[in-house]
Amino acid sequence: MAVMTMRDALNQALREELARDGDVFLMGEEVAEYQGAYKVTRGLLEAFGPKRVIDTPVTELGFAGLGVGAAMAGLRPIVEFMTFNFSILATDQIINSAAKMLYMSGGQFNIPIVFRGPGGSAYQVSSQHSQALESWYAYCPGLKVVMPSTPADAKGLLKSAIRDDDPVIFIEQERMYGMKGEVPEDEDFTIPLGVAEVKRAGTDATIVARSLMVPAALKAAAELEKAGVSCEVIDPRTIRPLDIDAIVASVKKTNRVVVAEESHPFCGVGAEISAEINERAFDYLDAPVKRVSAAYVPMPYAKNLEQLAIPGFEQIVAAVREVSYLD
Amino acid sequence: MSSQTTDRRQRMSAGAAGVIDGPKDRTDKAPGPRGPQSEDLQEDRQTLVDLLHQMLLIRRFEEKSAESYSLGKIGGFCHLYIGQEAVGVGAISAVRRDDYVITSYREHGQALAKGISADAVMAELFGKSGGCSRGKGGSMHLFDKSVNFLGGHAIVGGQIPLATGVAFASKYRGTDQVTLCFFGEAAVNQGAFHESLNLAQLWKLPCIYICENNKYGMGTSLERAMSSHNVADKAAAYELASEFVDGMDVMAMRRATQRAVERARKESLPTLLEARTYRYMGHSMSDPGNYRTRAEIEKYQERDPIKLFTATLKENKVLTDRDLSDMEAAIKEQIEQAVRFAEKSPEPDPKELYTNVYANP
Repeated sequence: MAVMTMRDALNQALREELARDGDVFLMGEEVAEYQGAYKVTRGLLEAFGPKRVIDTPVTELGFAGLGVGAAMAGLRPIVEFMTFNFSILATDQIINSAAKMLYMSGGQFNIPIVFRGPGGSAYQVSSQHSQALESWYAYCPGLKVVMPSTPADAKGLLKSAIRDDDPVIFIEQERMYGMKGEVPEDEDFTIPLGVAEVKRAGTDATIVARSLMVPAALKAAAELEKAGVSCEVIDPRTIRPLDIDAIVASVKKTNRVVVAEESHPFCGVGAEISAEINERAFDYLDAPVKRVSAAYVPMPYAKNLEQLAIPGFEQIVAAVREVSYLD
Repeated sequence: MSSQTTDRRQRMSAGAAGVIDGPKDRTDKAPGPRGPQSEDLQEDRQTLVDLLHQMLLIRRFEEKSAESYSLGKIGGFCHLYIGQEAVGVGAISAVRRDDYVITSYREHGQALAKGISADAVMAELFGKSGGCSRGKGGSMHLFDKSVNFLGGHAIVGGQIPLATGVAFASKYRGTDQVTLCFFGEAAVNQGAFHESLNLAQLWKLPCIYICENNKYGMGTSLERAMSSHNVADKAAAYELASEFVDGMDVMAMRRATQRAVERARKESLPTLLEARTYRYMGHSMSDPGNYRTRAEIEKYQERDPIKLFTATLKENKVLTDRDLSDMEAAIKEQIEQAVRFAEKSPEPDPKELYTNVYANP
């Protein structure tokens, strides 16, 4: 184990998988000579050369589709979006090509590709550079969607995503690149896609959180502990496939649940988890499922408004108190 | 640039600021009786006969597709290739079996030319398990990995970045395989086309982009959709090699593609070919074609690619009337057999609904 940032954990995963499989290559804007807009790809050009680590022009639809085509011919591309905001330009290739190719070819062409990069809220970069898009991609059959919340998860999940034979959307939280944690250095360390993890065990209420909301949920749980409420924090880690069984098992134990997310509530992943809980564990609930989500507005620039738009631990604490009928 | 037409008719169009010079338009060769010239026929007899056979097979296959669609045997959208046979047949005849072909939704003919059996294509149109995509793709999504036919794709221009990536993979792996990418002229207005050409020339990828300019994007004529009418000229913006090709002349298509294939295989360079062609039928089976006249269609039918090539082969004593009638009879039987196969092939098992969504579910 070594303590490192999420940025370095991701870098280690990329480095190990590039070394492990010659069919793996990395491309995107500024990934090579510039060393990555967020320095996730630092040193990879020097280690693997320009054939494997490729700077692209600003042409998201073009290089996303090029990656899918390369995957049709058997390569295993890792396509970095400088931020997932720019993936919107490439959605035709992600959704109509990558997600559907295996199905519409009757099983002949799987697409082993990873689309990765930062997503979710960032610091004061306003509406077009600060948004959570996981529900867009999770909606489409054929895509897998991964959102790590710790450096160790980031490394283990990214390695699994690169080795996976399906297209994977891998969303790294932009505010979390500098977050530190212990990371296994074993090159065989992977975390399977589709397996949730209980980040904190508890008995009185379940908080389902992913990505940036995991540290917020853990902080909320610590706060609630003082009030005598024992919270279980469960992180699905992958949105597709979703480990709903683990979430339902936790809810059956605690009988109360809050789903926290930094994305919009309408048609969001939290809405889906809430619906699943209602279908599978309604009789176990002692209170309605409560969601904590971002405001349903484009992200504002002003610091005070931005803080109001993104949920934090205070809202999670309030939500747990509400489902626990403490107020 | 041997196939480049020289007729540059100056067009005039009224701009907002008054009458200005319009784009220089390399229009079609004037309709004439001549097709492929005898000096073009350097191939052995079998190769020449095969080219005609493939065009005729596609023509009859598509006529049967239209009939089957009218009978309700084929559902959804069904885009026919009638009139454009020389483009797919000539181009694909210039590549190897292990080269890649990727194309649009108007791809029955190219699928047959690349070597998918008429049985498997017809069964796919019928939505049967014996289809080349096991009934899950349909008319617009024919695939066959065994002959490197990488699909029909149904978002206009969507296959162009894909083709660029397939060519990237060949270069990455150091194989000498080339990729043929077909698309209609309407796709040229999509960003995907321009982004792909830029990447292909920037990274020197062995991809051959073949624009089948059939004059209409659905019901909208090229003149109503494209500010500059010469697709091949657009390659200049990315410093690609390009050629105009008579898309009604199967030998011209074969020759131009051979030149492009050589460039791709030996120098790893892309090429843009603009094949001037014409579709006789509607955009799809549901299109009555009210946007053009019968006279216009007949004008192009005078230079029908099958008629022209048949005449050339007969003139040059490559083919007799007897050979031709034998060929027609054999193709008729092959198509009837394909329909029998498609009729008999079972529907996909209901369990297939949930298979192939993920490779690792």
